[in-house]
Amino acid sequence: MLEIRHLVKSFGPLIAVDDVSFTVPQGEVLGFLGPNGAGKSTTMKMITGFLAPTAGTAIICGYDIATQPIPAKRHIGYLPEGAPAYPDMTPDNFLGFIAHIRGFSGEEARRRISRVVEMIRIAEVMHQPIETLSKGYKRRVGVAQALLHDPDVLILDEPTDGLDPNQKYEMRSVIAAMRPNKAIIISTHLLEEVEAVCSRAIIIAHGRILADGTPAELAQRSRHHNAVRLAIVGGADANVRAELAALPGVAGVDTAGNGLIVFSRGGDPVVGAIADLARERGWTVSGLQVERGRLDDVFREITTPHPIAAAA
Amino acid sequence: MRNVLTIFRRELAAYFATPLAYVFIVIFLVMAGILTFFVGNFFERGQADLQPFFTFHPWLYIVLIPALAMRLWAEERRSGTIELFLTLPIRMTEAVAGKFLAAWCFAGIALILTFPFWLTVNFLGHPDNGVILASYIASWLMAGAFLAVGACVSAVTKNQVIAFVVTAALVFVFTVAGSPIVLGVFQGWAPEWLLHGVAQASFLVLFSAIPRGVIDLRDVVYFLSIIVAFLAANAILIDLEKAE
Ligand SMILES: Nc1ncnc2c1ncn2[C@@H]1O[C@H](COP(=O)(O)OP(=O)(O)O)[C@@H](O)[C@H]1O
Ligand SMILES: [Mg+2]
Repeated sequence: MLEIRHLVKSFGPLIAVDDVSFTVPQGEVLGFLGPNGAGKSTTMKMITGFLAPTAGTAIICGYDIATQPIPAKRHIGYLPEGAPAYPDMTPDNFLGFIAHIRGFSGEEARRRISRVVEMIRIAEVMHQPIETLSKGYKRRVGVAQALLHDPDVLILDEPTDGLDPNQKYEMRSVIAAMRPNKAIIISTHLLEEVEAVCSRAIIIAHGRILADGTPAELAQRSRHHNAVRLAIVGGADANVRAELAALPGVAGVDTAGNGLIVFSRGGDPVVGAIADLARERGWTVSGLQVERGRLDDVFREITTPHPIAAAA
Repeated sequence: MRNVLTIFRRELAAYFATPLAYVFIVIFLVMAGILTFFVGNFFERGQADLQPFFTFHPWLYIVLIPALAMRLWAEERRSGTIELFLTLPIRMTEAVAGKFLAAWCFAGIALILTFPFWLTVNFLGHPDNGVILASYIASWLMAGAFLAVGACVSAVTKNQVIAFVVTAALVFVFTVAGSPIVLGVFQGWAPEWLLHGVAQASFLVLFSAIPRGVIDLRDVVYFLSIIVAFLAANAILIDLEKAE
């Protein structure tokens, strides 16, 4: 549904987006992850036709945004960064304007507006100027605007920024509910969001794609993948730590809370070896837990210039 | 066409959503009144026409029209809504036309609200209402030309003050192009055709010719060409900004 082909954008000497390619099929929620300034927003601006790429293009439902911008834009719902909306208008007028531009009028426009108003829960602020709305409501009005024409491709730049935890949860439910018949891209710097709603994540830094996979696949790259949390009654002395560290397949041992965390080398399972050792030595184990891996680890390792060493 | 109308309606409503519309209209009417009655010696002339009223329009417009035009694009840039606006399925020509027509229509509303001046001369005597109508149309066309210049300037900045100042300076130059001071600069070295062209291009010269008789079709064409040229530049500048 959405195909990004070798997008490049340079601002003078700065290359903000550097040869980014990927495709998003129907049913996928792609999390666009990256530190500030990574090039997420710039990529989205090129996909939606706000910025002309230095090279490359985006194909939306078969229409090239560069050569067939009008039909391409008809298939896109877009929430720009910061959810801009005309401050003097009320959400009611604003959505009415968007509905008209999207080609709906009369009964059809009203029906579509009330559908998104219900879905995004903005009924109570419909007649209040947008400039007086809280950040959360403003963001929701922006999302409502993007959903009005039930687009095939949805591009949301930081859709949950400024929302409180309940609103974040609601917004994620809305996104998850729309997933089956749309191709969705959301940009975020919240890793929990990627785990909550995304079927796939792309990590980008300095304009380049550094990782692309399901959240679970990415988490496997973490040094926490298959690491074991171990708590021993009476505490663990240096001797215990040395014995654990000497096990084959163990990369290192660290203190975690009031127990230990044993990292695996290369992500291979080490829990069996640890359990055997504990039985052999007669340690009374009060807690044993295998970790799946952490996205924030992977994110930090990939996106910082000096990766944190694998061993603790 | 439908999109032009939708954009036009939103933009026109935007004028009335802030005090700008009311402040503009009040200042326009008060200034027009002061200039006409005190500076223009409306009563002392003892003639039933609106000549003193229209004479001051170019000068009023230099100050007031940039205030109408400055927000057209600069405001969208400042608030970030331009990103929303330009990613909607509309053509650039529709966007530019819708915005311009809203501003032009607003200027027309302000002009229509000067009808008490017209009532006054008709009450005091028997003016040539044909000339008055022609003058109104000419004034509105000139306002349109000023607005097109202003829209174009507004397209390249997000600072409305800069948009105001630059537009005011540009339309001032256009207005006084035919004055002896400006022509003096060209005299002596410029070829005759250029001198003539500059004099002819002056809004003031064109405009002051109109109230004396009927509208010259060439003048109408001239104002409309200015409008089209600056709106085309407006669209091109917005497009260039995208590629940056
Ligand atoms: N209009 C612009 N002119 C110059 N540099 C820009 C412009 N827009 C973005 N940039 C730069 O491009 C880089 C990527 O920005 P952006 O796409 O907004 O990052 P992100 O959304 O991932 O935080 C940043 O270094 C930013 O400063
Ligand atoms: Mg961003």
